[in-house]
Amino acid sequence: MRALIDTMQGVDAGHLLHGQQISVDRVRMRYATGTTALEDVTLSVARGEFVAIVGPSGCGKSTLLRLAAGLERPTAGSVALGTSSAAFIFQDPTLLPWRSVRKNVALLTQLAKLPKDERERRVDAAVEAVGLTAFAKQLPRALSGGMRMRVSLARALALEPEVMLLDEPFGALDELTRDEMQSQLLELHRRAEFTAMLVTHSVSEAVYLADRVVVMSARPGRISGVVEVGLPRDRDAAIRFDPRFVARVSEVSALLHGRG
Amino acid sequence: MASTTLPAVKTAPEATSAKRPRAAWARRAFVPSLSIVLGLAAWYFVSYALLTPDRRFLLPPAHEVLTRALLDPEHVRPMLEALAVTARITALGLTVATLIGVLAGILMSRSRVVEQVVFPYAVMLQVVPVLALVPLIGIWFGYGSFSRTVVCVIIALFPIITNTHFGMRSIDRSLHELFTLGRASGPRRLLSLELPAALPSILTGLRIASGQAVVGAIIGDMFFAQGEPGIGTLLAAYQATLRSHDLVAAIFLASLFGVAVFSLFALTSRLAVGRWHSSGAR
Ligand SMILES: Nc1ncnc2c1ncn2[C@@H]1O[C@H](COP(=O)(O)OP(=O)(O)OP(=O)(O)O)[C@@H](O)[C@H]1O
Ligand SMILES: [Mg+2]
Repeated sequence: MRALIDTMQGVDAGHLLHGQQISVDRVRMRYATGTTALEDVTLSVARGEFVAIVGPSGCGKSTLLRLAAGLERPTAGSVALGTSSAAFIFQDPTLLPWRSVRKNVALLTQLAKLPKDERERRVDAAVEAVGLTAFAKQLPRALSGGMRMRVSLARALALEPEVMLLDEPFGALDELTRDEMQSQLLELHRRAEFTAMLVTHSVSEAVYLADRVVVMSARPGRISGVVEVGLPRDRDAAIRFDPRFVARVSEVSALLHGRG
Repeated sequence: MASTTLPAVKTAPEATSAKRPRAAWARRAFVPSLSIVLGLAAWYFVSYALLTPDRRFLLPPAHEVLTRALLDPEHVRPMLEALAVTARITALGLTVATLIGVLAGILMSRSRVVEQVVFPYAVMLQVVPVLALVPLIGIWFGYGSFSRTVVCVIIALFPIITNTHFGMRSIDRSLHELFTLGRASGPRRLLSLELPAALPSILTGLRIASGQAVVGAIIGDMFFAQGEPGIGTLLAAYQATLRSHDLVAAIFLASLFGVAVFSLFALTSRLAVGRWHSSGAR
């Protein structure tokens, strides 16, 4: 059944090795406009792993994520996703402005045709998890940018997905809100144990959240290096002052600036 | 969530805050009222100062229009009956135009080919003056109320098609992708995403179309006078017999009807989407 769904989505599950959740194999991506966004990219994400992708603007990070989600097909190579239960979190909140917070959070569970009481339970839990219970009946226009982003996060959480694909979800937030959202995401990942692939511009965000940081180089996008973070999974904001954290950050920065 | 509690900000004393809305309302109503008074003054000036008594029939003074036409049941009853006929044709024409227009707009946004096929005709509807089509409509559909409805549909169709199309095309790509990733069926996508997202646009189209449809129905009345008379039929008759009190009264009623239809759609817009979309908010 799962294989069937995956084939329907245009994602071939045949290439996954044991324990792998996402596999990108020698992928080239050339858009109709002639831009080659990715060249010979190979990347594998294990079940439960948190991988962050950093790279200069336009290097194909979003493209890579969209390929993993099945929103684009590679020009060459193959992409495999080991589950039909994946959630994509866009850079913008992407909410339906006529639906209340709660109904926005419920959207994907409705599309997935979950039974009603199961839906209610998950939606309540997700709204609670992002701290928006008091705003459940409000429309998105009544929320701040950070709160809208949390609605988007809750909508993905309500799906209880096995894979979360996040495209610069906190890019537009102020530093305080961003710190808080990052901690929340870490906490959720600890509890829900999904596989995560997160695109970000921020090196410290990448190191703070991920088990592994993939660094990409500019057009055509290639992987220029991978840094194993090697810090304990249950970390908190204080870890930013840990010498190991600082070392990893400078390692990623060096790769990013071509001094790897 | 760390939340800081701020000391309550001192609000203005009760008395002034209660008085202010009324004052603002009066201020807003003042200029329009003045404008109406000046308009009436100009009307009387033309009737009494510019027109000699033997030519006063060209523009009878306002109070005479009121007493001899609008307040006289013998005169006003046929006008109201005719207005009801025109209203029925307007409603029918708008309904048909809405069904065709929204459907065409949806199909155009679904397929590039349909868009290219329909678009030239939609533009033609807009640029060909409806008066130029009147003779043809008469030959084809006769000179009764069916042809009036046709005029109404033709004139109302363009704004509905283009606004529906525009509304559907302006939907954020990520929203579509959200539904794609959720594996939404076609009808589900239409009902849960496309129609609600395009609704403000569709309603804007309807608002414009409603004004046009009133014009179309009255023009239709004038040219296709067989069967029950509409308000346009009466206008033509009053003109032919130089019954200027009735003519001005009928024009007044027709305008009132136009305003009522337009306000109805403005109100519908506000009720339907004002909650979440700024286009319906005023
Ligand atoms: N739909 C598209 N059609 C044509 N070219 C595209 C499309 N999407 C992206 N590109 C091109 O592919 C390249 C990579 O784009 P992508 O959005 O993946 O970059 P990115 O790394 O996410 O950049 P940023 O950090 O600025 O978001 C860019 O040169 C872009 O112009
Ligand atoms: Mg991007």
